[in-house]
Order: sequence, then structure tokens, then C-alpha cells
Amino acid sequence: MPAYKIHEHTFDMVVVGAGGAGLRATFGLAQKGLKTACITKVFPTRSHTVAAQGGVAAALANMGEDDWRYHFFDTVKGSDWLGDQDAIEYMCREAIPAIIELEHYGVPFSRTDDGKIYQRPFGGMTTRYGEGPPAQRTCAAADRTGHAILHTLYQQSLAHDAQFFIEYFALDLIMDANGACRGVLALDMAEGTLHLFKAQGTVLATGGYGRAYFSATSAHTCTGDGGGMVLRAGLAMQDMEFVQFHPTGIYGAGCLITEGVRGEGGILRNSNGERFMERYAPSVKDLAPRDMVSRAMTMEIREGRGVGEHKDHILLDLTHLGPEVIHEKLPGIAESARIFANVDVEKQPIPVIPTVHYNMGGIPTNYHGEVVQLKNGNPDEVVPGLYAIGEAACVSVHGANRLGSNSLLDLVVFGRAVANRAAETVKRDGKQAKLAGDACDSALARLDKLRNANGGTPTAVIRDKMQRTMQADAAVFRTGDTLRDGVSKMREIHASFGDVKVSDRSLIWNSDLIETYELSNLLDQALVTIVSAENRTESRGAHAREDFPDRDDANWQKHTLCSVDERGQTNIDYRPVHMYTLTDDVSVVPPKKRVY
Amino acid sequence: MAEFSLPKNSQIQKGRHWPAQGAKQSRTFKVYRWNPDDGMNPRVDTYEVDMATCGPMVLDALIKIKNEIDPTLTFRRSCREGICGSCAMNIDGTNTLACTKAIEDCSAGDVPIYPLPHMPVVKDLVPDLTHFYAQYASIRPWLRTQSPSPSDRERLQSPEDRKKLDGLYECILCACCSTSCPSYWWNGDRYLGPAILLQAYRWIIDSRDEDTGSRLDDLEDPFKLYRCHTIMNCARTCPKGLNPAQAIGEIKKLMLARRA
Repeated sequence: MPAYKIHEHTFDMVVVGAGGAGLRATFGLAQKGLKTACITKVFPTRSHTVAAQGGVAAALANMGEDDWRYHFFDTVKGSDWLGDQDAIEYMCREAIPAIIELEHYGVPFSRTDDGKIYQRPFGGMTTRYGEGPPAQRTCAAADRTGHAILHTLYQQSLAHDAQFFIEYFALDLIMDANGACRGVLALDMAEGTLHLFKAQGTVLATGGYGRAYFSATSAHTCTGDGGGMVLRAGLAMQDMEFVQFHPTGIYGAGCLITEGVRGEGGILRNSNGERFMERYAPSVKDLAPRDMVSRAMTMEIREGRGVGEHKDHILLDLTHLGPEVIHEKLPGIAESARIFANVDVEKQPIPVIPTVHYNMGGIPTNYHGEVVQLKNGNPDEVVPGLYAIGEAACVSVHGANRLGSNSLLDLVVFGRAVANRAAETVKRDGKQAKLAGDACDSALARLDKLRNANGGTPTAVIRDKMQRTMQADAAVFRTGDTLRDGVSKMREIHASFGDVKVSDRSLIWNSDLIETYELSNLLDQALVTIVSAENRTESRGAHAREDFPDRDDANWQKHTLCSVDERGQTNIDYRPVHMYTLTDDVSVVPPKKRVY
Repeated sequence: MAEFSLPKNSQIQKGRHWPAQGAKQSRTFKVYRWNPDDGMNPRVDTYEVDMATCGPMVLDALIKIKNEIDPTLTFRRSCREGICGSCAMNIDGTNTLACTKAIEDCSAGDVPIYPLPHMPVVKDLVPDLTHFYAQYASIRPWLRTQSPSPSDRERLQSPEDRKKLDGLYECILCACCSTSCPSYWWNGDRYLGPAILLQAYRWIIDSRDEDTGSRLDDLEDPFKLYRCHTIMNCARTCPKGLNPAQAIGEIKKLMLARRA
């Protein structure tokens, strides 16, 4: 192996990723006086948080009755009782100061007549513990809330003393013999140089892995690089079988149309023009949680009530909302519908289809953002020096199904939490033990192998096979047969990575090499996803098994842990769901039937 | 005498031609290529793409080229829905986003694709935006206040005041406008350019911001602001339909008003 020159950097904390969670953590850590680096493969405002539309949930009660405890109840129920209730309590309570803080940073929220933050209804958000009318809880900046928040967070980062390493791609975690994370090795894409970031704490804020599927609302860059690195480090991922299909991706293009459209009064219709959600969720109708709406749409299509030449999609009708609501509240989706579906939303419905959108699963953490693993019988053993936040993490606040507008919330609340935790546990300019001489060897060997990979199968070919397999066999509805078939195909595809071919031999902006790393991250997570799905013989939240249609709390109210070794061998274990709260301000919600 | 011919190592050469195999209906893309590693001049490669199996947008064609024809083709892309600003480039003579530019909206014939003009090129269609980002940071683009924030609630802002941010806050920092501006081409080292001035105005006009005076002071400079000569390329090219020239005009008006 040729000798690679490595530039070394020492920081107190290093954050990988500069989306909503990564940026909130980065300047939060800097604020606490910790020497902080943020490394990111895209310029911060290009991160996928920018594409979030509808809003961010917090029980501010600006537009009607609300209470953070209602938000807590809704999130537990939305999670189909797979969410950890201590973490959910933390998130829903902290939502209020976290959102107020965003406003103070300058987020251009839409406003009520009395000048407060505008809030809209969203799926599964109710009042009085599910008994009252729908809550108006989702704080919005028109339908560009993610853009507004991400840009504001980047602006705050500029105001603080954190160092950014932009267009640096994280290759691998540096773990020591005791199982502690000591930093990360990264490639400066523009220069083609290697950089070792040594830190007391490494925060993975690398987002989801939506691009494991063929059709996803996720950006091309959503390749779950943190999850990939964690699996390569031999650690387990949690609840990976729970993949959210957003009901309203634009048919064909896959671009997102926010749930806020239905929050503002938009209606889903089948080929008979029927508002079919009335039959599936009589009380909340079109504002049922996403897993239920996606299943209902799929049922309608299966039963022959889809629209279009192939009767394979559904219509989202907002023609009755009127131009004023559309211009004020939904201008972004009007633009997307025009560009990607050639539809004038004031006159025509938008063709939509459930589309992969979000990973409830991820790197297991506690509510401080510290990564945990099952070790020697302790399900909450903290991995020293390693943190995960945002979609990359599984805290778990979303359980088996995330409620819309709880994701932007997750980013800011746990981005903040990790900064607060590190302030307590990490020493400013603390001394770091010397790394072993061979600490980077396996990461370098891997780099050398991949950049010279000269097999018979281009990266794009393997990626396409993976995406089509996941799309077909780990979909909205799943059965044992298709899952078993999918697992065996995914094992083959996973193994075919040994034959990968990289064509670009340069080290400067080698996007062929980067895409190959990303593919490797996706492959591990796709495999773990479908193996976990095959393993879970019940239906819960987004995981709907036709051969096991009911939730089975006695056997399955537990988190799946799944790891994978170099040869593609997977290993499954479990962690208990936290059925306790942090304080007495709110009581545990015991499992019951989930109807809306 | 000024030299009007390009230095030898900048002259663009004719590149490779990749014909479409067996395509009934193909479209030709002429794409700028330059790799700093190989010591060669820039060139324009010609790719014929089978339209029967290609998505509708220019980005779809670029991705298809990278996936199926030439994996070394290098460009930035991410959201593919016009919100992240990664894939800004010069397509068919205009700066725009590859992901929202329909192939059928390009003029008939071959589709030329170049990096954003007048920026240093890192490789192929990837420009170096370091200076552009530094200019953004230089305006200190965050809410600046003297009065303390209310402790447990938001700062209030009327819907009318909030409306003043429309047409400004939507900017995605793609740099299409600045790199289409002849003034920015000429004086980009000191002129802030339309994107950054639009951002500056976004804070000046925000009713919650309390630092208007110093924001205006910072722009009172023969280069930073006044190199805008209302050429209007910025408004014409903005893929989000924003009007940076108008924002610049509003800043100039505020400058005049406070002198009066």
C-alpha cells in the first residue's frame, strides 16, 4: 500500500454533517467554549434539511388550545408504542424553548395577525390526548420551513467560532482498542488530501439513507454515511426496518409535496373522485399519520381505484383552497407541481404516490445524543466519544412511525442536547491520549482498495440493483415471501460490491470514488433494513406485514439491533423500549389500539 | 496592446465524442471538461443521450451520462428539486439549475453545458465558490439586535412586516445571479454582487433587526454596492424567480434617504 500523507487536526469535538442537527450542534458546542470542527460533504445550505417544507412542531398554542403533554401523547401513539417515552418527553417539552430560540435567531416564520409564529395542523397532531380537535402545532415559514431554518442555522454558525471543513467526505471512524471513538478520517474533495480529525467526541449528523431505494424524496446525497461508518466499526443500528413512505411524493419525479397541503385543507382523491381517507381514518381523515395514509393509498390503487393510464397513483386536490392560501402558505409546492408534474395547482390536482421519505431507524442513542449499544447485558451502554443526532440517529423518538413536523424538531432539540451534554462531559482543550500507530490503517487500506477498484461492475450498476430490490421487496406492504426473496437478493448485491469498478483515478473532486463510498454505506444499511424487516413478524407503524397484520406487543414491543460484518453476515439482537418518563409531569402512555 | 486571445493552456479543445448506441431519439450534450490532474487543456466532450430512457431535466441527462457513459464526469448535485442550489451551471447559454431546467426547454440542437462563468474551475462543472461564500459571511448575515429577546416567547412581527421578506428569504445561494453579472465578472473581488446584496437587504428590511445603520455603513463603498449598473442579468437568470436588482435598488434608495 502506498504511503498516504495525513494532515492531523485536534479538536475537542468534531461534528460530521452540516444539516439542521449538525449545525445546531456545531455552534452550540462552540458557544460552550469547546474547540469544534464541522466537516461536511456539501456546503451547509445544500444539506437536505433545506428541502423540508411543512414545518416544525411545538406546542406554543399560538392558534388554539395546546400543551406539550398532548404533543407527547400524539408522538407516543404515532410511534405505535415503539418510541422511548423518556426521550419523547424530553423532545416535546424542549420543543417550546428550542423553537422560540430559532425565532430569536431570525427564522422568517409566517405570522398570525397578532404577530406570533403561524402554526398549521399536521397528521396525527391532536389535543386532549387524542380526544380533542386537531392541534395547530406545526410552526411554518410558508412551505419552505426547512430552508428557512437551515439558512438561519448556518448564519448563526457564521456568528460563532466554529471551524468548517466544507466538501470534506468522512471515510471512517477512528476507534481505539477499548471501543471508544477517537475521531474521524476524511478526504478533502477539492484537494484530494487526507485529514485526521482527533477529538474527544465525534458527533454523527449525517442524515438518512433514503437513496437505498429507487424512488425517494431524499436528495442524491442522502446516503447515510454515518450509519455506514458505524456499521463498519462493528456497531449495531436500531429499528432499521421502519422506513417511512411519505404519502405525497410527485408521481414519477418523487419530489416531496408537503403534508402541510393537507394541513391547509388539501384532500386525497381516488379515481372515483372519492375522499377515501374518510373510510380509513373517520375522525382525522386526510390528516391521519403517514403510515396509515400511505397504506390507504396503496389499498385504493390495489383495488383498482388508482388514477392515470396505469391506475397506479392518487390525486391530491387543493383546487378548492383558493389562490390566496396557495400564494401565502403553499407557494413552494405550487412551483414544484408546475415544474415536475406540469400542474397548475389552482386548477388541477397533483398526481402523487407514497414515496420513501424518512428512516425512523438509525444509530441508537439516549436522549443526550450519546450512542448506546447492548453490551454485557446492559442495553444502554454508552460508546465513549461517539454521538449521533438527527435522522442518522434513533433516539428513539419516532419509534415505528414519525409524525410530520417532528423531524425538524428532532434536529434542533437533539443538536442542542448534544452541545449541552458535551459541555458537562468534555473538557476544554482536554488532553487526548495518543492514538495507536495503526489507528488509520484499515481506513487507508479501504481507501486504497476503492480508489483503485477495477472490477467488472460500475458503481451505478450495483446501486441500481440495490435500489430496485429495496423498492420491490421492502415496500409499504411486506410479506415473508417477498422479504426472504429480497434478503437473498440483497445479500448477493452486497457481495457484488467486491467486483466494483471505479473509473475516475484522480483524487481531486473524484465524485466517482465518493459515490462508491456512498454506495458501500447504502449497501450495508439496505441489507440491515431488509434483514430486520424479515425478522420482525408483526405489523407496527411503517412496518406492515401482510402475513402478520397485527401488532404483537408481547413479543415485539422492543427495538431491533442489527449489525453486519465484512462478509455481509448480519447479527440481530434487541433493546427494550423505555416505558418510563423523565419526570412526573407526564405519565407513561400504555399501549392500546392505534385508531384515529 | 491588450491580448484578446486566451493563453495556450486555456484554449478549449475538441474533446471525445460518445455516440448513442441504437437510440431512436437522442439528444446531444456538449459538456465542458477540465481535470487539473492531467495537465491537459479544457475540452468539450460530446455525449449523445437516448431520450427514451432519460428523465426530463438536464440533471437527469447529466446523471445518465455519469451512470451509463462516463463516470468521470464531475458536477455537484443534491436535492434535484431546485431548493439546495448545488447544480447551478451554465446551460444553453444561461445560468440555471440543472435539476429544474427541462431538456425540451433548451433551444433546438446541441445543448452546451459549462460551469458558472468567470469563477475558478475546480474540475469539469464544479466551480470554486470560496470567494462567493466569504462575501456572504462578510455581510454578517444574522439577526443583530440591541434589545434583549423576550425570555419565553417569540419576537412579534406583523404579517405586513413579514411580507417584506418575501422574494428575499427564498434565495438558495446558488450563485447563478452573481456569476451572470458583468459587473461581478469585472470587479467580483470587491463588488459584492447581486446574491450577497439581496441577502444584505433581507436583513436590512427585517423589522426584527436593529442594526440597519451599521449594515448600511458597511455597504457605503464605491465597490461593494455601487458597482451595480442595473444590467438586470441577475433577475433574468434567477432560477427561483427573485429580483436581486430590485433589492439593490432599495438599498440605494435607503442610502439616499439617509443622506438627505
